[in-house]
Amino acid sequence: MTTAELIAPAARRPVTSQHLWGRVGIYAFLFAMALFFLLPLYVMLVTSLKTMDEIRLGQIFALPAQITFEPWVTAWSSACTGLDCTGLRVGFWNSVEILVPSVVLSILLGALNGYALSFWKVRGANVLFACLLLGAFMPYQVFIYPLVRFYAQIGIYGSLPGIVLTHVIFGMPVMTLLFRNYYSALPSELFKAARIDGAGFWAIFISIVLPMSVPITIVAVIMQVTAIWNDFLLGLVFAGRENLPMTVQLNNIVNTTTGERAYNVNMAATILTSLVPLAVYLASGRWFVRGIASGAVKG
Amino acid sequence: MTSVSIRNLEIRYGQHVVMDKLNLDIRDGEFLVLLGPSGCGKSTLMNAIGGLTDASGGSIHFDGRDVTWADPKDRGIGMVFQSYALYPTMSVRRNMSFGLRIAGVDRAEIDRKVAWAADILQIEHLLDRKPAALSGGQRQRVAIGRALVRDADIFLFDEPLSNLDAKLRAELRLEIKKLHNAIGSTMIYVTHDQIEALTLADRIAVMKGGVIQQLDTPLNVYNKPANEFVGGFLGSPAMNKVDGGFETRDGSLVFDTGAFALDVDDYPFDQRVESGQKATLGIRPEHINPANGSSKHYSGKLSLIEPMGSDILGWSDFDGISLSHRLSQEDHYTVGDSFPVSMDVRKASFFDQATGNRL
Amino acid sequence: MQISRNVRHVRRNGVAYMALLPMAAIVIFAYLGTMAWSVRLSFSSSRMLPKDDFVGFDQYVELFQTSRWLTSLENFVFIAVFFLSICFVLGMLLAIFIDQNVRAEGLFRTAFLYPYAMSFVVTGLMWQWILNPDLGLQQTMRDLGFSGFVLDWVVDSDTVLYAIVLATVWHGAGLVMALILAGLRGIDMDLWKATRIDGIPAWRVYGFIILPMLRPMIITSLVLLSISIVKMYDLVVAMTNGGPGTASEVPAKFIMDNLFERANIGLATAASTVMLVTVLIIIAPVLYSQYFGKKGASA
Repeated sequence: MTTAELIAPAARRPVTSQHLWGRVGIYAFLFAMALFFLLPLYVMLVTSLKTMDEIRLGQIFALPAQITFEPWVTAWSSACTGLDCTGLRVGFWNSVEILVPSVVLSILLGALNGYALSFWKVRGANVLFACLLLGAFMPYQVFIYPLVRFYAQIGIYGSLPGIVLTHVIFGMPVMTLLFRNYYSALPSELFKAARIDGAGFWAIFISIVLPMSVPITIVAVIMQVTAIWNDFLLGLVFAGRENLPMTVQLNNIVNTTTGERAYNVNMAATILTSLVPLAVYLASGRWFVRGIASGAVKG
Repeated sequence: MTSVSIRNLEIRYGQHVVMDKLNLDIRDGEFLVLLGPSGCGKSTLMNAIGGLTDASGGSIHFDGRDVTWADPKDRGIGMVFQSYALYPTMSVRRNMSFGLRIAGVDRAEIDRKVAWAADILQIEHLLDRKPAALSGGQRQRVAIGRALVRDADIFLFDEPLSNLDAKLRAELRLEIKKLHNAIGSTMIYVTHDQIEALTLADRIAVMKGGVIQQLDTPLNVYNKPANEFVGGFLGSPAMNKVDGGFETRDGSLVFDTGAFALDVDDYPFDQRVESGQKATLGIRPEHINPANGSSKHYSGKLSLIEPMGSDILGWSDFDGISLSHRLSQEDHYTVGDSFPVSMDVRKASFFDQATGNRL
Repeated sequence: MQISRNVRHVRRNGVAYMALLPMAAIVIFAYLGTMAWSVRLSFSSSRMLPKDDFVGFDQYVELFQTSRWLTSLENFVFIAVFFLSICFVLGMLLAIFIDQNVRAEGLFRTAFLYPYAMSFVVTGLMWQWILNPDLGLQQTMRDLGFSGFVLDWVVDSDTVLYAIVLATVWHGAGLVMALILAGLRGIDMDLWKATRIDGIPAWRVYGFIILPMLRPMIITSLVLLSISIVKMYDLVVAMTNGGPGTASEVPAKFIMDNLFERANIGLATAASTVMLVTVLIIIAPVLYSQYFGKKGASA
């Protein structure tokens, strides 16, 4: 009896210890990777809180000896782009002005397209949709020049409406796909019931379909806010000097300064620029992943 | 009340013909059930009646009025779906009144009608709940209520009970029947469940492959199936089918299966049959019973017993042909017993082997 | 008869046609029209302004004699191969390790995926700073006593592409992780039980059973990563601006430079047409199998 008790755990031990080493290996890998992913953020943060004197010591991992918020203030309100020293806040507000109408319009249109595509029989609609999806794969460079000429013709090149329209155009494939897939999964009987109740195209859309779209709209908002805020190329080309978004201004501040680079200011500016998408990411959690998964082209 | 008349209805999806030249007349206030396996076209036919599927040819008339191209809302129909199709973001009250609000009916009238329908269906206490807070049975009541409120002339039921469990199904089946008796509207009901069809219908249209196989009262459809498909589709436990041929012996006509020969002089033939003609015998288990003396009987060897509660079903071997039949509740049987049974040929069916049609 | 049927169809569904007009306009003008015009311009001698002449394949001949373009193409292939394979393997490993019932799973997931929420501009600037040989990681390591430590990828034209791949992997690996993890979580627990009862070793389960089941997620992540490579512009502009010299030029940047700075529209549109055709060749089989493969098999 006692021997059996003694043997039993011993016999189990090799298994558990092997298991234990396996666990250690798993955690070691995950911690190493977490370090790799988090380090840049950490380095940026500590650098942004250091004085230039301390930065010149070249110890990027060291915590700041004396914390200074000066670089943040400079980045926000007085960093220079060429001769213009008004800080990133200009770009921030430009980005907000671009973001709000672009997000609202692209989501509304995406929902409308998705609804019309999945519930109504419109001949040729699927061909249009296939072309739209194909467009999503194309590099922007294919479209940019003709669009620039076209915008110039109708007088919206380099203006707020111009960049908003551009975001609506290039956001359309993913938004339409997102809502189409969501609506296709709704029972078609719901739509039939509403038809028998006498509801027409808009009544069904507004009273029945839109109220059911809350979850997918959250996903859409997350995706569009992140994508539009992070955009660089379209803002650079279409927004015009007065409306350059934050990303473009950030690049100008960091990469076009003359004289000694103020790395602490640059890092503060970089973090400031990422705050909106980071906040969206941290607040949305699993919704963010859902957005990525459903934004991908499938079925 | 409204009669429905369907003339040469044709439905195609691209090249695929779902329904070809279908004709059907439904009387005022009739309860008609469209019965068939999935994919037989019964739901397509119902959608066409409701205006949810465009006809590719032919016409549909309500009370003589051509509604082939009328919008669903202009047809005076109410529809109840298998998945209930309640609007998930609206309360029960708003679900029921949605159609009336769209039509711009005034508030007092809406309230009156909702209260009336809720009273009939006993769902007054649910009016302010959302569909998600209701059970399956309650949801289907609400869906029926939504159709009621519309003052429909014709009610369309698309497998309304298929998502419910057996007990609720029986309960709601009864209520639908009561409802029909109370309001007397024309009702068209799609189902694949023969019990629902037999219990509810004034007439049943059995469908297969987009074609109506038989349109008749439940009793006739059950007792005198128009063809082999109908005979096999209705009835649980299923009808026995045995191939054989007619022969004249000693001046009377018999059906010889090889294992046994059945005297068919008493069978009410629809058509003349010739000696030597091949046919299939269809006989339901309840028409094969342990013999009680007088009548002609056949000897089988019991191979399996299935007690079904109200009945006991036995499977016996008749010289290589296995038939299911009823066993008496009173006697005790064991597998391997041999005993005589009688077959009620008057209630059997014979089908032509080539066409499958009733003889 | 047929005509009246069509009229009736349109009359019943008319509003749906109207609702899809914006989408139709965008597909026809902003996608197809611009694409067609870009291709058309590539056969003209346009330089600063578009011209209507036709010069055959002259622009293409010139394009493939331009060393900067050839460099960008080479870089593109290099980045595509290494980014795709490293990102995919790393993301896959992260997902599998995270799926081993680890503690603080949410924290690891958050740490691995947050880079995906950051813009490419920010990613580029961040890594430019960390890889800066004078003040970044190299200096820090030397100060720590590793005097021979060399990490000057960004400033060495032979290795600058490594730096770019590193930054893109940092940005995109979390995406693969998130998608694969979602796929792993969708696998029936009974399958794991069955493989344990059958005594199949873990690596075989992953290699021969799980991997094939994750096919949709794998395709989705590869498609998303591929799109980001084709569109890669911001990251290079922010991190190296194509340098040192032309060592890190990419096609998208080549096109932009020729469109706007070098005023060589003909050459730029020829280059964008080459990209267009490349993308079509790559995605056509994927799209075909996704959309028509299954239908074709069942029909």
